[in-house]
Amino acid sequence: MGVMTTRQKAMQWLAGILLAVGGFLMVLPFLWMILSSFKPETEFARFPPTLWPETFTLGNFVELFGRMNFGVYLRNTLIIVFFSFIGMFFNAMAGFGFAKYRFRGRDPLFYLVLATLMIPGQVTMIPVYLILNKMGLTNTMTGIILPSLVGAFAIFLFRQFMSTIPDELLEAMRLDGAGEFRIFLQIALPVSASVLAVQGILTFIAGWNSFIWPLIIANDENLYTLSVGLQLLKGQYGSNYGLQMAGSSFMVVPILIVFLIFQRYIMDNYTISGIK
Amino acid sequence: MKIFTPRSAPYLFIAPALILLFLFSLLPIVIALVISFTDMDLAGLTDYSNIRFVGFDNYADILRDASFVKAIGNTLFYVVFGVPFVILFSLSVALLINFGKSRVFDVFRAAFYMPSVTNVVAVAVVWSYLYNPSLGLFNTILNAVGLPGVRWLQDPVIAKISLIILALWRAIGLNMLIFLAAIKGIPKTYYEAAQLDGAGTWKQIRYITVPLLKFAIFFVTVTTLIGWLQFFEEPFVMTDGGPLEGTMSVALFVYKNGFQFSEFGYAAAGSFILFFAIIVLTLLQFKLQRHED
Repeated sequence: MGVMTTRQKAMQWLAGILLAVGGFLMVLPFLWMILSSFKPETEFARFPPTLWPETFTLGNFVELFGRMNFGVYLRNTLIIVFFSFIGMFFNAMAGFGFAKYRFRGRDPLFYLVLATLMIPGQVTMIPVYLILNKMGLTNTMTGIILPSLVGAFAIFLFRQFMSTIPDELLEAMRLDGAGEFRIFLQIALPVSASVLAVQGILTFIAGWNSFIWPLIIANDENLYTLSVGLQLLKGQYGSNYGLQMAGSSFMVVPILIVFLIFQRYIMDNYTISGIK
Repeated sequence: MKIFTPRSAPYLFIAPALILLFLFSLLPIVIALVISFTDMDLAGLTDYSNIRFVGFDNYADILRDASFVKAIGNTLFYVVFGVPFVILFSLSVALLINFGKSRVFDVFRAAFYMPSVTNVVAVAVVWSYLYNPSLGLFNTILNAVGLPGVRWLQDPVIAKISLIILALWRAIGLNMLIFLAAIKGIPKTYYEAAQLDGAGTWKQIRYITVPLLKFAIFFVTVTTLIGWLQFFEEPFVMTDGGPLEGTMSVALFVYKNGFQFSEFGYAAAGSFILFFAIIVLTLLQFKLQRHED
């Protein structure tokens, strides 16, 4: 690439301006949400609405944790996030099993795993509820966690990546007397750090955002997650926008921070999965 | 850890994930198929002896159910407008971002991706406020420039469009990344050759980039189509299918019949019709794609 001509420079500016306008529209709902969450309730009736809060208040957030049960919802959400990391560990184990061993039924089982990717959620939703009901797991944390603990796509990604680990490396460990599980922990996992990073971030996001299973399975408010609690808030305090915006900010801002810190890994995921 | 012998190890490694996938993905398909031929409801849930086999009754009834037919119509509306817009917007944004040479474009990329990672309930709460007819930002802006306000979520047709706008906002980021990854995979030499032949930027995009993105466009079309056919979260959280069932999708119909009215057999039949439609339309896409090649 040589020096840009005036024409090329102008085109760069044009692209930049188009994206700046579009990008601003994309983040506008977030700005509106965050700024509104600091407004006192009286300011919402103002016409025309203020963009920047005239009086800054933390009252909405205080109310979320005082009058509302957001502390409990936060605890439940964090429990789900924790267990979804155990689910990720299961996915990694399965990926390793499929990638580095030859055993009877390996290929048909792997195709079966991939086949689950095509099943729409609406078809399995009702039967999964019936199964959990039969197991006596409705209205329990276990029932909320189990249905979405493992996923075929993550197993697939781990398998693809771990296939590249040289067999000689595993053999050398075996000759040194290491057990198979230790080989997985000490070789397979560290080598797959980049996939683990991507999956870790996606797992955190999915766990933090989990909504539909907590909604179906939990009857007891003590089991509600942040998103179910927010849905409840939307229904009960429909006109209390300050409280709603504070609740939304509390859900969205941590994810945005995680995303902005680790965005490089998420973006790279699409080169790893090799879509061309 | 002597249970992990080289012989048993692979089975032990795959067992936890496979048991869970079997219980919560494969077995449910069979159960859904079986109960779609029964009259299972709340009474059947408490005592299985209350369940009767009804043959194809559920399928026959549901296809005559005015709400279900309306939900099919709405879902087609979502597909017909949603799919092209998602592809058009995410591809354009990807092309513009790829075209940029400055670091600022990385910031734009992050801005466009951001809505994809956020929670649907939080987003719905914020957008309900934006769409509020009197207090919302959108109507305030329209009024400020002298235009009348829009009944964003109060009119059955406009409400569908409002939900499409929201879903579009959430969907651009992910598909943009898929397109960007695909664009980066195109060898630079193609463009260099075109430049030597005197092709301008527009011609390079038209004759090199877009044709070589054929597979990525196909991939995004198929996944987006499947996504819109299952359109659920936005109407569920924003409008609950209203006004006048104007935003009711097939997926939401299934959910409501299953979990609000406890008509498990009826809902399962609806979900299989949806599954069938997804399979047929996806196969059709693959066929068209092969035909083009």
